[in-house]
Amino acid sequence: MEIVVSLVRQMRESLRDLAPVVLVMAFFQLVVLRQPLPSTLDLADLLTGLICVVIGLTLFIKGLEFGLFPVGESLARAFVTKGSLVWLLLFAFALGFGSTVAEPALIAVANQAANVVAEGGLINHTDAARQMFASSLRMVVAASVGSAVVVGVLRIFKGWPLHLMIISGYVIVLLLTLLVPAEIVGIAYDSGGVTTSTITVPLVTALGVGLASSIKGRSPMLDGFGLIAFASVMPIIFVLLFSIIGLPFLPGVAL
Amino acid sequence: MNLWGTLWDTLLDILPIVAVIFGFQYGVIRKPIKHLARVIVGFVMVWIGLSLFLVGLEQALFPMGELMATQLTNADFLPMLEEGSQRHWRDYFWVYVFAFTIGASTTLAEPSLIAVSIKAGEISGGTINPLMLRIAVSLGMALGITLGAWRIVMGWPLHWFIFAAYLLVIIQTLRSPRSIIPLAFDSGGVTTSTITVPIIAALGLGLASSIPGRSPLMDGFGMIALACLFPIISVMGYAQIAQWASKCKPKKKPQQMPREDNNAL
Repeated sequence: MEIVVSLVRQMRESLRDLAPVVLVMAFFQLVVLRQPLPSTLDLADLLTGLICVVIGLTLFIKGLEFGLFPVGESLARAFVTKGSLVWLLLFAFALGFGSTVAEPALIAVANQAANVVAEGGLINHTDAARQMFASSLRMVVAASVGSAVVVGVLRIFKGWPLHLMIISGYVIVLLLTLLVPAEIVGIAYDSGGVTTSTITVPLVTALGVGLASSIKGRSPMLDGFGLIAFASVMPIIFVLLFSIIGLPFLPGVAL
Repeated sequence: MNLWGTLWDTLLDILPIVAVIFGFQYGVIRKPIKHLARVIVGFVMVWIGLSLFLVGLEQALFPMGELMATQLTNADFLPMLEEGSQRHWRDYFWVYVFAFTIGASTTLAEPSLIAVSIKAGEISGGTINPLMLRIAVSLGMALGITLGAWRIVMGWPLHWFIFAAYLLVIIQTLRSPRSIIPLAFDSGGVTTSTITVPIIAALGLGLASSIPGRSPLMDGFGMIALACLFPIISVMGYAQIAQWASKCKPKKKPQQMPREDNNAL
């Protein structure tokens, strides 16, 4: 019974959250564009789609509160009481790597990036070379997210100041940008954004907050956040480095 | 409707994480999970919820977003061009308005941002209002996307914008309340996930392919990067304004942002 009541309440909130999107689209269709819907789009399909979005969002948010959040936090606490930093870091890496490598947005972007690079003449125009580039890019990005979570967890343990680390990350990005081929720059910057998926973000946040609240002398507000910040800077650095160091060793590179 | 395929894809996406969590829980920690039944129900809800959400996006929001991106950049919709004259960037007025409003509204509905703001509200003990945080992030996101659209129209190099934004972030970091910095940096990464990325990508692609001299391959990238940076700026800006306001009126009731003094290491 309790679950049903909280689901209904959540559903109301989901409706409120989605209303702006629907209003914006309706305004542009009815007031600005004033063109009929093409025959490929059916109004009934659009409505069922919207209903799916509302129900899906409701279930997702409630599910996070029931499942992922408590488990993530209790795991973080258990690692702290166990006192084994090595296992915690291994867990952090596995979490970052595992949640990124299968990310649909990353797969799509990696394939598109391979086309750009082939167009720019950095790799050969063959399917094999493109395939090779796309899958190495995915591995590089997944490894970078894994190491980002590791660095973030280390920071929470040692209490290093976040802003100095992020700023030095930015400086590294700026310096590397000057060294790499122009085709890579856009891809590298964007790969920082696509890594942080809908599942990774809540889980990594729960891990950080759980760690910060169970280690003495750390405040969850000041130390718990910041893991995702690393996960969006580190891929940029790794991809830029990869285009300098790793790319010449890939088979099919036209350098 | 392709519900089964999406259910399967989402399962593949979630499985590595479930394997890592349960593997470490039972292999390394060796303690049973509390409220196991509840947790399993939660995972199943996440799985089904995310799949339904994606199916709905695929069916309603993405086609609409793409349709409008192509209609707005279509030559029929843009103002009449005089003989031999170049298109002015102002001709794309409605594109900027669309970029701004769609960026703000999709970010408000972003599930991972909702999750993070709930957490932030919880641990700040009510000093951070989750809805205000989401509004600040959405405004930043909207600004970032609008700027990205304008950049594609002007054809200026991406790294100028990124460098300028980095500089602004660094200056702001040194001046804003310390307790907001980690949250601000995180909100940059949070915004660009499920809903926003495909709609922005469609808009960028539509713009780059309809403007003469832009290649969709080269100029389509880069909008996500700007959309990641601007929420950092807006969340820190919001904290700075809140701090400034509380300094101007010291007797007013406590501000929504935590202040620097009570949260230092």
